[in-house]
Amino acid sequence: MATENSFNRGLHRWSILLAFCTLLLVVAGALVTSKDAGLSVPDWPLSYGKLMPKMEGGIFYEHGHRMIATTVGMFTIVSLIWIFRTDRRNWMRKLAVAALLAVILQGVLGGMTVLYLLPWWISSSHATLAQLFFSTTVAIALFTSKGWLGGPAIVPEDAENPLRGLSLAAPICLLGQLFLGAAVRHKAIGAIYHICGAPLVTAVVLWVSMRILLHYARNRELRTSAILLISVTLCQVFLGIAAYMTRIAYADAIQPMPLMVTFTVLHVATGALTLATSIAMAILVRRNLGERVEMPESALEA
Amino acid sequence: MFLQGCVVLMLSGCGSNPAPQTQTKAALPEAHVDPATAGTISGKILFQGAKPVMPTIDMSSNPSCERQQKTPAKAETVVVNPNGTLRYAYVRIKDGLAPAHWAPPAEPVKLTQSGCIYTPHVVGIMVDQTLSIMNDDPVNHNVHAESQTNAAWNISEAPKDEPKLRKFSSEEILFPMTCSVHPWMRSWIGVSSHPFFAVTGEDGSFSLAGVPPGTYTIEVVQEKLGRKEGKVTLAAGGTAAIDFTYGN
Ligand SMILES: [Cu+2]
Repeated sequence: MATENSFNRGLHRWSILLAFCTLLLVVAGALVTSKDAGLSVPDWPLSYGKLMPKMEGGIFYEHGHRMIATTVGMFTIVSLIWIFRTDRRNWMRKLAVAALLAVILQGVLGGMTVLYLLPWWISSSHATLAQLFFSTTVAIALFTSKGWLGGPAIVPEDAENPLRGLSLAAPICLLGQLFLGAAVRHKAIGAIYHICGAPLVTAVVLWVSMRILLHYARNRELRTSAILLISVTLCQVFLGIAAYMTRIAYADAIQPMPLMVTFTVLHVATGALTLATSIAMAILVRRNLGERVEMPESALEA
Repeated sequence: MFLQGCVVLMLSGCGSNPAPQTQTKAALPEAHVDPATAGTISGKILFQGAKPVMPTIDMSSNPSCERQQKTPAKAETVVVNPNGTLRYAYVRIKDGLAPAHWAPPAEPVKLTQSGCIYTPHVVGIMVDQTLSIMNDDPVNHNVHAESQTNAAWNISEAPKDEPKLRKFSSEEILFPMTCSVHPWMRSWIGVSSHPFFAVTGEDGSFSLAGVPPGTYTIEVVQEKLGRKEGKVTLAAGGTAAIDFTYGN
C-alpha cells in the first residue's frame, strides 16, 4: 500500500534539492532566450567542439545552461536510483522513470532547437516541457515529504461546491497559458494572445482557490496550497505586466536591456512556480477529498 | 555531458547545413552588355528631419570586445552623414532588366568581424558569389545568416580561424547576419541576381555603371526606414539621376 512507505529524510531533502536546481535551470534557460544567446554555440552536444568553451558573451548563458542541465540530468538519475532502492510505492518508481525520460527528452529538444536554428515549435515545446519537468520534481518532493507519508486528512466533497473536477482546471489553463507565453517569446504569435489569456487563467485560479478557502479551509494542506497559488499568481500577473512594459519601452534597443531581461526571466520562473503549485494543489485535492455528500449549511462554517 | 552524449548518436547527421539548391536559372541566357550603349544611373539618398541619435553599444558582457574600441562604439541602425545623406542604404535595380543570367565575379566579398562589430554594416553580393567571413577578434563569434529565401545557417568562428566561405543561391534583398555571442552584432546582406546594386557610404551617393539603356525601377532598402522605389529612363550611352528622401 502507498502509505506503508516510511519517511526518508535524505531522499526528501535530495528531492527538494532537485526541485531547487530545476528552478535554477528554468532561470538559466529563460536567460538564454532573453539574452538572445540561443545560437551563440552553433554545435551541440559539444560547444565549439569542446566540453568547456571560453565563457564569454552569450556563450556564458548558453553553455552555462547546458552545464546546469547536465547536472540536473545527473541528479535525476540519482533520484531514480534512490527511489528504486528505498521507495516501495510502485507509482512512485514509475514517476521517477517518467522524470528521467522527461529530462532526457528535454535535453534532446534543447539540442534540436540549436541545430535547427530555434524553430518556434521546438523552442516552445522545450520551454513548456521545462515547466512540466519542474512540476514533476516538486511533486516528487511532495510525495517524499513527512506530511504526505503521514496520510491524508479526508474532507468530504461538498456536492454544492464540487472541487475534484474544478481543481484540474487551474493546471490545464496554466499550461495552455504557458505555451502561449513560450510561443510569444519565440515569435510565433503576437503578445496579445498571451495577454488575453492572462485574465481568463487568473479568473480560473481565483475561482478554484477561493472555492477551497470558502468551503474546504478546514483541511490545512488544501488551505495552504490555495493561499500559495493565489499569491504566486498575483506576483505572476504583476511580473507579466512589468515584462511587457519593458518590452515596449525597449522595442528599439540594439541589445537585450537588463530591466527587460530581469522581469522576463522572473516572469518565466514564477510561471514555473505557478504551474507547479496548481499541480500540487490538484494532487492534494485528490488525496484529501472524500465522498461527495450533501452538506447542511451549518457544516460549512466549521 | 552524459545526457548530451547519449543523444549524440540519435542526432548525428542532422544539422543546419543548407541543402544544395537546384539550378533553375541555368535556363536563362547569359547576360551581355554592349559597352557602347551602356550608361550610368546615379543619385543620393537624403535624410530630412532630426538626426536620430544612435545608442552606444554596451560591450561589458565581453571585455575583450570592449578593449578593442578606442571610443565606445555606437549602433549603425540609421547613420546620417554630415552632408544630410544616409549611409548604409542598399540601392539596386529592382525591375527593367531583360531576364538573363549574370555571372558573379570570382572575387569574394569580405565581411569582417572586428572589435565585435561587422564591417561593412551592409553587404552587397551577387548570387553564387563567395562571401568570405573573417574573424579579426580574439574572441569566439557565431555567424547566423537569418535568411528566408536562402536556407538559414549558423556557424562558429574562433579567433584565427581560416575565413569561412559561403555562397547564396537565390536573390534575397537584405536579411540580417547576426551573432548571439554578442547580441548587438548585426549586418545586413543583400543578394542580387545581377551586378547593378550599391551600398551608400560617407557621401550618401550611389552609382550603378554599365547599365544597358532602358526604363528601370530603382529600389532603396534601409534596415530600419524601409523600402522606397522610383523609376528612371536611361538613354543609350547616357546618364540618369534619381534621388530618394527618407525622414520624419
Ligand atoms: Cu560575435
